[in-house]
Amino acid sequence: MSAKSIEIMVCMGTGGIAAGGDLVMDAFYSQLKAAGLEANVQKGCSAHKVGCRGLCAKDVLVDVIVDDNKATYEYIKEDMVERLIEEHIKGGKPVEEWLVKEDYHNFHDKQVKVVLADCGNIDPESIDAYIGVEGYKAQEKVFKNLAPTETIEIIKESGLRGRGGAGFPTGFKWELCFKNESDQKYIICNADEGDPGAFMDRSVIEGNPHSVIEGMAIGAFSFGASIGYVYIRAEYPLAVERLYLALDQARQKNFLGKNILGTGFDFDIKVKLGAGAFVCGEETALIASIEGERGMPRAKPPFPVNSGLWGKPTVINNVETLANIPAIIRNGAEWFASYGTEKSKGTKVFALTGKVKNSGLIEIPMGTTLRTIIFDIGGGIENDKKFKAVQTGGPSGGCITEDMLDLNVDFESLAKVGSIVGSGGMIVLDEDNCMVDVAKYFLQFTQSESCGKCVPCRIGTKRLLEILEKITIGEGTAEDLVRLEKLAKDVQSASLCGLGMTAPNPVLSTLKYFRDEYEAHLEGRCPAKACRQLLTYTIDAEACTGCGACKRACPTGAITGEKKKPHALDQELCVKCGACFDTCKFNSVGRE
Amino acid sequence: MQSQTGFKLATSLDELREVVDKYKDTQGTTIPILQDIQEHFGYLPEEAVEWAADRLEIPRSKFYGVATFYSQFYLTPRGKNIVTVCSGTACHVKGSEKILNRLTRDLNLPEGQNTTDDMIFTLEKVNCVGACSIAPVVIINQKVNGKAAASKIALQVKKLGKEEDQA
Repeated sequence: MSAKSIEIMVCMGTGGIAAGGDLVMDAFYSQLKAAGLEANVQKGCSAHKVGCRGLCAKDVLVDVIVDDNKATYEYIKEDMVERLIEEHIKGGKPVEEWLVKEDYHNFHDKQVKVVLADCGNIDPESIDAYIGVEGYKAQEKVFKNLAPTETIEIIKESGLRGRGGAGFPTGFKWELCFKNESDQKYIICNADEGDPGAFMDRSVIEGNPHSVIEGMAIGAFSFGASIGYVYIRAEYPLAVERLYLALDQARQKNFLGKNILGTGFDFDIKVKLGAGAFVCGEETALIASIEGERGMPRAKPPFPVNSGLWGKPTVINNVETLANIPAIIRNGAEWFASYGTEKSKGTKVFALTGKVKNSGLIEIPMGTTLRTIIFDIGGGIENDKKFKAVQTGGPSGGCITEDMLDLNVDFESLAKVGSIVGSGGMIVLDEDNCMVDVAKYFLQFTQSESCGKCVPCRIGTKRLLEILEKITIGEGTAEDLVRLEKLAKDVQSASLCGLGMTAPNPVLSTLKYFRDEYEAHLEGRCPAKACRQLLTYTIDAEACTGCGACKRACPTGAITGEKKKPHALDQELCVKCGACFDTCKFNSVGRE
Repeated sequence: MQSQTGFKLATSLDELREVVDKYKDTQGTTIPILQDIQEHFGYLPEEAVEWAADRLEIPRSKFYGVATFYSQFYLTPRGKNIVTVCSGTACHVKGSEKILNRLTRDLNLPEGQNTTDDMIFTLEKVNCVGACSIAPVVIINQKVNGKAAASKIALQVKKLGKEEDQA
């Protein structure tokens, strides 16, 4: 045995665990031990978990590092561990066919990682691992060497804008709170990531929780808050667990608690579990929820920096915003501002998902084009289908079409085409996705999440949804389209909070760019063949081999036929679930 | 078959007292109290919530308002096995609705009902579990199934049902 050190890193984010990361990890533990390898290495042999490294589609990802030579493997299952240990660790020869391929490198090469720099590289459950990558250095600098105004000035100069959606300048927010005199101020980390299709906040907290804690402590110190809250979704059990652990570790090392680092400054962080309400992402609703009320927004002003939690000045920052802070303090405002565009500085994390080959979490400089994101980093469309649109900003956002793919992604340019950066969900749609259905999907979401306080949102979204439902079952009329557009604009302008004001965006943007699809539905056709009620399934007797696969798949017994003879489909019994279509290997099931 | 509906306040009073009393005299506790009660009983039994409200001298209506506002709270008992279909955007565009429709039919759930009459299964959909790269996602008793296919999930659920029958 000649190796001096062996290190195994297993991706254990939610994605990694779902793909069997914990089993892989256990297999490494027990087999390395059984092989007596631990005793044979000088520098140490460790197998540990790391947070998400982005490309969850290829999980379980495993790094095997022998004497500083790193090899990354993809799609690892527990039964593959034995061979990795035999051939790579003992034999010194990496298992070529399991190594990550070119697309893994393409996925990472065009990214610039600030927030995600250490996610996937360090053990998120170890504060020493974080300290080992300069963690808490920024906090020390701020607490010991910088005046609060200097810290705020650095953040202002960096040009950092809130990553939760609206893009409000962070340094400016901090300054407003700093200037408010009060016996008590609060900082709240908004980790109520409610946008369906977004998981950057979850991944940051799962992968590097200390960076968020450090960011909060820096903010608290500079504008004088002594209590912090992390408002986090209860649906993220792993993130919650790691957050609690990280908070305990930070307290033990006195990065939180009384008289932090000997400066006389007290600050501690409490965790509040969100109870599942999208609207609580809105600042005033979030505050109401922490106060134990129904999470309903109120009119602004007063803004939370003046009158927030329990009526005291409160800064609310998003997870990603806070995770940027330590890096900005360590490397300087200029360094951060060197990334991005004129008005949108730095990098942004996006959850690239949907019909794209390499779906996962990515971090890119602001201003990167959609084409680079989807086709270089994302590797293009799955199954080589045709790209149709990309939806950004979740239920508050809009769709962007192919001719706008060279658009630079930043706050301003996405707003110009009727979408938003939002929290960073980016869902790629292909030719099989119906745009009316997508609009209906988002409306269903916002309608059920509307808190009910203001009429335009409560009733407006309901009526919008009804019109969309009517259209998707083929009963829409030309007047419905007119009504839809008018009502959408009314809801947009008359609603109280961001939820209602942006809820019509998916409708307006699909109406603008995909009006032809709406019109096709009026004629009873769904061009993408996605709207169930407008489809008819048939079996082509000539192509049918009588294999019986569709008959077995059919949940209603609508398909009958003898073995090896063409089958028949009874339209009366058919519920149009599409199981036969998905099952048939001979293309004999038709869908019109 | 044992039904879970027979909640008896008297038999659970000690547990409940413990849950509630640690929140005495603190601000903003409605949500954590409800979360704790639910953690204990699997749902929010009306009697238990009313008892807690009275003990803490918080109007019952406030608890009710909060409990009905947040999707995390269940006012009725849930089944022994929980099947959660994620209906986040990524899951939706990759066919989560098909899975949901299939399971609804297989479990014979009438509209508006999400727990089977025999209390064996609860089928629910959630907004997003944040595992979009492995969409569509179905969580069966806390085990995350990524890249789920309707037929495979249906099979798993059927198997679970059979095991329950034998038990």
